[in-house]
Amino acid sequence: MTEQLIETTNLTKVYGTGSVAVQALRNVNLQVKRGEFVAIMGPSGSGKSTLMNILGCLDRPTSGTYVLDGEDVSHLSRNELARVRNRKIGFVFQSYNLLPRLTAVKNVMLPLLYNSHNHLSDKECYERAVAALEAVGLGDRLHHRPNELSGGQQQRVAIARALINNPSIILADEPTGNLDTQASEEIVALLHQLHDQGATIVMVTHEPGFADHAERVIHLLDGQIAAEKLNGTRKRRGKI
Amino acid sequence: MSLWRTFKTAWEGLTLNKGRSFLTTLGVIIGVGAVIVMMAVSAGAEAEIADQINALGANLIMVMPSFSRAGFGPGMSASARRMPGLSYDDLIAIANNVTGINGVSAEQTTMQNVKAGDTVLEDISILGTTSGFPDVREYKVAVGRFLTGTDNDQARKVAVLGSDIAQELFGNPNAAIGQTIKIGSVQFTVVGVMAPKGVVGNTDYDNRVYIPITVVFKKFVNERFGGDRVRTIYVSAESKDVMNSVMSQVTNVLVKQHGVDPASPDFTLTTQDSVIAARASTTATFRNLLAWVAGVSLVVGGIGIMNIMLVSVTERTREIGLRQALGARPRDVQLQFLLEAVMLSLIGGLVGVLAGVGGSYVFNAVGTMRTALVPASIPLAFVAAAAVGIFFGYYPATKAAQLDPIEALRHE
Repeated sequence: MTEQLIETTNLTKVYGTGSVAVQALRNVNLQVKRGEFVAIMGPSGSGKSTLMNILGCLDRPTSGTYVLDGEDVSHLSRNELARVRNRKIGFVFQSYNLLPRLTAVKNVMLPLLYNSHNHLSDKECYERAVAALEAVGLGDRLHHRPNELSGGQQQRVAIARALINNPSIILADEPTGNLDTQASEEIVALLHQLHDQGATIVMVTHEPGFADHAERVIHLLDGQIAAEKLNGTRKRRGKI
Repeated sequence: MSLWRTFKTAWEGLTLNKGRSFLTTLGVIIGVGAVIVMMAVSAGAEAEIADQINALGANLIMVMPSFSRAGFGPGMSASARRMPGLSYDDLIAIANNVTGINGVSAEQTTMQNVKAGDTVLEDISILGTTSGFPDVREYKVAVGRFLTGTDNDQARKVAVLGSDIAQELFGNPNAAIGQTIKIGSVQFTVVGVMAPKGVVGNTDYDNRVYIPITVVFKKFVNERFGGDRVRTIYVSAESKDVMNSVMSQVTNVLVKQHGVDPASPDFTLTTQDSVIAARASTTATFRNLLAWVAGVSLVVGGIGIMNIMLVSVTERTREIGLRQALGARPRDVQLQFLLEAVMLSLIGGLVGVLAGVGGSYVFNAVGTMRTALVPASIPLAFVAAAAVGIFFGYYPATKAAQLDPIEALRHE
């Protein structure tokens, strides 16, 4: 097991061709260690979303390589990318993206259903989903539908869903973007706690205060890493 | 994702909007129902024709007057004084002069009340006919005898009863012989009772009374409205091989009887085969037409499913993007939406089968149309419905599978 969970080399993404070509990412070299908590900041249009999409295996780089957990995923097929997303990545979206007609526990179960290698029975899937919801403090909201939950609770369900397949990394794209201050604090505290338990997290945020929870903050500008700052005050087992 | 879990996911997708799912299946319900009813109706029509073949007897030639030509041709002075049409004398002439025939008969019906003792049966069909009738119609006497040539020649007031009539009037066939009955206001002596034959085509053989045709002319049909004219003379040939010979003999006899030009006779000959062939071809045309209508409605139903599935894919773009992000492969998404379409069409097929079977029974029961359910039409309709679902579900499902997860997640 290598120490680097994520290693990109000259990662470049170009949208369009010829005169209308836009370079969204230029030669990004990024490493993320196992167990690290990295925050990515930057103005809109700086390439944050593009980077997250590639890190999340939703998109492929135009050039350069991306090695995730020792596997070069830069040029995998759509089916293989789906497998990598399912097993190794847990997404937390700004807008939660829960299926509105499914209960919390069924939403959390979804990634398990697409994991054809775990051979879990429906009952085992259910039990794991219940455990994941209990871990994020929603043991009493198992059968609520998203519209019966607050924004913060919905985001907790989404985090439980991200954790269910024991992913290598959690990618959180502005997880507090739709939440009020108190709920935001709770969500960041939850991510913090997960990190303390050993999770690797990459989080995009606009809030410098939340970025302080990370061990390292990366600033993107015009598709390049403009600055990188180790967060000295942040200690792995420390409290805020 | 396993097939079973995809199946459950697809089912959840359908139950999400039950009303819309039902409306979507309506086209398939109508299509499948139409296929089953259509096959039942044409099978019923074919059974009807088969019955008519049996009812008429084999190798039958029908002689009918053609009024348009009677008396108006050139040099028709002899026939000009004659009443147009066919007469009992024509029948006798055919019976006496044509070889190779089993029998000749003519029919003239009248509706009368039949009375025996205190029992009155109202509006019974009275068939005036000739001695050849049982041979021509392959109909047997149970007790006593049928009408004879002498009965007709002398216009004797004798009657032969259908088996149901005999039962109702006298309790059993043997008791009927020799009894007196009143038909209308005329007294008849019962000389025979027919064996049961049942309902063939539209004719209930057992619920009729058979009397000499000459008596019908004299007692029941006003001379001014046709006199002794018969509508049709039935000639039964001995075999198919002698049909042509019998037809030319009949033509010669009637030309001589009527004194008309053989080139423009005042009668026409029709064989049973030609009537059946005409009916069969009408039925086939009818069936093909219905098959097309049913097929078109199935296709329209399929297009309905495709449209709703396309709308559904658009509405659920974000869900598709999310499922992809969580690890759904393109084929998982494709299968999910394909299964939704197939389930819709199979449910439509199921309801359509019930509607079709029910409709066939109702048509039969209310007597609008004779139908005979074709068992093979049920699996056929089901397979057709599944095929429609796969065919019209494939495009929306493939469209869903090809969505880009990033774009799909961004979809509002």
